[in-house]
Parts: sequence; structure tokens; C-alpha cells
Amino acid sequence: MTLTLFFEQLLNGIQFGMMLFLMSAGLTLVFGVMGLINLAHGVLYMVGAFACALVAGITGSFWLGLVASLIVAAMAGALIEVGVIRRLYKRDHLDQVLATYALILIFSEATRWLFGSFPLYLDVPDILAQPISLFGLLDYSSYRLFIIFVGIIVAIGLYLLITKTRLGMRIRAGESDREMIAALGVDIRTLYTLVFALGAALAGIAGALLGAVQSVEVGMGGPVLILAFVVIVIGGIGSIKGAFIGALLVGVVDTMGRFLLPYLMTFLFSPETAANVGGALSSIAIYILMAGILIVKPKGLIKGAGS
Amino acid sequence: MKKIALAMALGLSVTALSAAPVKVGMITTLTGGGASLGIDIRDGFMLAVKQANNPDLSVVVEDDARKPPLAVQIADKMIQREKVDILTGIVWSNLAMAVVPSAVAQGKFYLSPNAGPSALAGKRCHENYFNVAWQNDNLHEAMGSYATKTGYSKPYILAPNYPAGKDALTGFKRLFKGKLAGETYTKLGQKDYAAEIAQIRASGADSIYFFLPGGMGISFMKQYTQSGVRLPIMGPAFSFDQGILKAVGKAALGVKNSSQWNKDLDNAANQAFVKSFSSEYGRLPSLYASQGFDTANLILSAMKTADVKDTDAFRAALNKADFNSVRGDFKFAANQHPIQNIYVREVIEENGVLTNKVISTALENHSDVYGAKCKL
Repeated sequence: MTLTLFFEQLLNGIQFGMMLFLMSAGLTLVFGVMGLINLAHGVLYMVGAFACALVAGITGSFWLGLVASLIVAAMAGALIEVGVIRRLYKRDHLDQVLATYALILIFSEATRWLFGSFPLYLDVPDILAQPISLFGLLDYSSYRLFIIFVGIIVAIGLYLLITKTRLGMRIRAGESDREMIAALGVDIRTLYTLVFALGAALAGIAGALLGAVQSVEVGMGGPVLILAFVVIVIGGIGSIKGAFIGALLVGVVDTMGRFLLPYLMTFLFSPETAANVGGALSSIAIYILMAGILIVKPKGLIKGAGS
Repeated sequence: MKKIALAMALGLSVTALSAAPVKVGMITTLTGGGASLGIDIRDGFMLAVKQANNPDLSVVVEDDARKPPLAVQIADKMIQREKVDILTGIVWSNLAMAVVPSAVAQGKFYLSPNAGPSALAGKRCHENYFNVAWQNDNLHEAMGSYATKTGYSKPYILAPNYPAGKDALTGFKRLFKGKLAGETYTKLGQKDYAAEIAQIRASGADSIYFFLPGGMGISFMKQYTQSGVRLPIMGPAFSFDQGILKAVGKAALGVKNSSQWNKDLDNAANQAFVKSFSSEYGRLPSLYASQGFDTANLILSAMKTADVKDTDAFRAALNKADFNSVRGDFKFAANQHPIQNIYVREVIEENGVLTNKVISTALENHSDVYGAKCKL
């Protein structure tokens, strides 16, 4: 094991964390502001990826696809909010879970009906297809660096939006006291639709960005949704800052676990057993992390509005 | 979700041989993850049924959504209420293990068009269980043998951490003679492989063998191409089959993969199959479609000489495998699993479509190692 490899894996962990942040930011935002558990977040991720693959396939431009994913996912989000979610705010979490679970089934089968069961093709744009050399030490995928870059931009953008703008002020006000902000004459219905569409757009762009390195297929949102929930539970439900820290933590722990645990096991077992035991341990590493953090901080690292 | 496809000709034709009608129950995955495999098996199977136009054969198809409990329920219903004679269709080994032992114990035939878990090939083999595809280890063994012949001395191998993944790497290692650069079990359903690719780069491997079915393989291939690592890649057919190649894109070009079937195999049955499948469904057939097609033809061949109610005679007729398999020569070993050639294919581009071309034969008349434990 060399220092270069260690550094590369750390970078991989940060990059994976940024992917998770893009996914969980929208989820935690919606929960923080509206107190809604949205299982359909993974569906919006899938919608973004399909929109990007479709538009990129027709126009040949990944960037147009990315724009399309943003717009289509935001529109799908607004539609879901107005059509279904709006009726659920006063209900308890179980009803929300049931309704948004139904949305997963409806959207998945509708997508299969439209696009078929075979995975779609979506590749990274040519300009980011080649690896670039970092400090002359290692070749690293330029697309992955781009994902880190987008993650940072989104984090800064959300920070500015929430702390510096009027919309952000209302979002914060909505988080702390829903009735009061409505009584003050703010159109809370429109605000909720906007926030939900923003969360959906974030999921959509995450789907498009990751679709280019993973597979664009029906059901792709499921596994990512589980990770996103782990992230926001660790970070503190409802806190964007918490989601950022949680995502980086989960990304780095998961990647380093996959890398170091099988390696450490080789000191104890034969190579074959080490691969087995290390593989099993690394797949539960983030859940151990989550359990550990919840023992010390039952409400997550950062106190969010939802807690 | 229930579809009944009755291959009944409603004409006045009365068949000379008044054999009892055969009812086939197909349980396969038509929705959710991995649905494309089940759809291909069904389409291949139904194509053969349609071509035979045999009024005595009827088929009931149901979707198991890749869920073992659901598959068990459907099997019970098909056996008790629909009174099927033969069950088939299951894609996944874990579903097969849940359904097959109880179905064959109730005196029904089960013909596997895809899954081939080692238990059913060995100790728990059964006289009413036939595998028309392969034993799970077969394609991996073929690549292990190919790696040895090609002179790779340090392959890095990886597979998901679940039973079929372990079978895969065991199968590869069984016929690979040499040292491994590394061996990794990834999380099932994992989509990000940056950590593994970095390790492969650092390990000094001279080639890569991976078994990552479905979306996992697509993700791995895309990320591998972007990483700048350039080592030869090998895999079983599953990650490079027709349904998946389009999504992987040009990253797959040149990859070597093992399969018992390919669309360019030179035999009349295969050429007719590829042509009719393409014109019927508007896409090229996959490995899975070929297995579904063969399964239906095996049933049809047995129906010609035996009555399904006479279980012993029908079993003997199935065992003869007297049909023109699209993979060429095909016969059953003592454990009723195939003895067949396994080929090495290369991914090529043909008229703008990515597809596979056979480049060599990895193993001739190959069967599995578990047969020795089967007492039939």
C-alpha cells in the first residue's frame, strides 16, 4: 500500500460523499421545511437520469441533458406536491410513507412502460471523458473531479440561498413555525411547492450526473435513497449542513472501509477468507458508523429543524 | 399481471395422436430489477411455442417480481389450481432454490431456463429437475480456462458478496492456473467502484475478471473506462449480453466473455431463431432468449414421443434432448444438466450496433463438477 493509493482512495471517498450530498440535500430540505418523509425522492433521481439520457440521446449533448434533468425533475416534483403531497402535511408520517411509496411504484412502472426494461445509454461528455493527472502522481477521472466541483457549488448555493435571500428567510421561518409564517401573510402553499420542486431538482441533477457513471434503469433510485437516509440521520434530519458533513463522513468511511478492511484482514486470514470477511465487514461499515453516532448523538451531528 | 397465452388453434383439426394436453406454468421476473432477463426468457419461449403451433401445449405466465415468497406462492397456485404439468421460467438461483425442490417433490417437472445453483446439480438433484441453461459455475470456469490459455498470470477478480458471486469466483479459480493479483467481494447492488478500480491499478494486475450482473456491471465498465486503467477485461456473458451492451456503450468493445450461445453460431436452428426473433420482437435475441427458446423446444420434442401423464416415459423423452438446440450439440449429463461447448466471445461493433462474436471455444463438451455428488 502506497501513500498515492491512500490519497486516491481518500479522494474517491470525498467524491462519493459529494454524490451522496447531492442526493440527500433535497431530502433533508423537504423534511426540514415541511416535516415530510418523502420516499419518492429516489423516483425523482430516476426521473432526472432518464430525462438526461433521453435528451442527451436525441441532441447528442450531455449538457442539454443536464439542463433537461433539472427542469423535468423540478416539474415532476411540483406536480407531485400539488397533486399528492399537499394533502399529506397534516397526516402522520405513516400516511406519508404509504403515499410516497405508492408514488415509487407508479413512477417506476410508468417509466418501464415508456422506456422499456432495458437500461438506457448515457455517457459522460467528451470533454470530461479522459482522466487527468493530479500532481503527476496519479491519473484521476476528470468527471469525478467535476462531481466534487458540482457538489461544492450546490453546497455554497444552498448556503447562500438559505442565509442571504428572502426565499431562504421564509424557508427558515417555515422550519421554525409554520402557523406563524402563514399568519404573517406568506403564501405557504406556494412556498412548499417551491421547496419541494427545489428538492426534486437536486435529486434530478444528482440522477443525471450519476447516471453517466452508473446505469440508467428503472429502480436505480432505491439503493441511493437508503444511503441518503443514512446520511441525513447521521447529519441530523432537516439540516443541510448536517447532510453535507454526514455525506462526506459516509462517503469516506464507506470507501476507506472497502479499501482498508479487506487489507487489514489479510494479516489475520488467508487471502480468500480475508476477501470474504473484509467484504462482509465493509458492507456494514456505514451502518456501524450510524449506530455509533446515534449512541453519542441521538438526534444526529447537527441539530436540524426536524428534530 | 396475469397473462394467459393459450397456444390453441381453434380450428377443426384433430391431431392423430391424441396425447393429453400439456400445461406449462412459467414463473419469471417481468417487473422490477432484472425484468429484462425474464422478458427475454418469456419471449424466446413463446416464440418457440408460436412456431410449433401445437394445440396440445398451453402456457400460463406470471411475474415473480424477483421475490422468493411471491415465486413460492405462484408455484403453489399453478400446481394446485391451474394443474400445470411442467414449471419453468425462474431467472434467479435464490428463487429457484425456494421453488424447485418442493415442485419436483410434488411430481411436477421443472425445466430451468437460467438458474443453475450447485445444490440442485449435486446432492439435491432430482429426477424431475432438468437444467436447460448451465450450472452456475460453467461460464466462470470457461473464463478461468481462457485466462490460463491466454497466458494471463495475475488477474484481479471481483464479484458481489452473495452466493452466486462466490460460486463465480470459485468457478474461475477452479480452471485458472496461476496467481491472483487480488480478490474482492463488493456489496450487492453497489454502483460506485472507484475504490476497487484504484486497488486494481495499485495491485499490478495484468487482467481483470468480474462477475457483476445487471446495473452493477454497467456502472463498473463506465467508471473503469473513465479511470484511465487499461487492462484486458474478462467476464461471463451476463455483463456483456445483447440487452445490456447498448447501455455500456463503446466501453465494452474488445471485452472477452464466455457463453454457451451466440447469435453467430453456425447451425440452421440458430440462424432461423435469430432471424425470427428479430422480426417478431424488433430486437436481437440475448443469451436468455436462446435459453427460453431451447426450453420450449425441449418440451415440444418430448411431447412428440410421450404422454406427460406417463411421468416416467415423459422424463425419458426429456432426457433424450431430441431437439435442435440453437447452441448446437446439446445433451444431458447424468445429473440432467447440460453437456455443451462454452465459447469465448468478443464484443464488436456491427452495423453500428454493439454485439458479440465468437472467437474461440473455451471448453468442449463441458459439464459440471457437482454431478459426481448426484445419485440419479
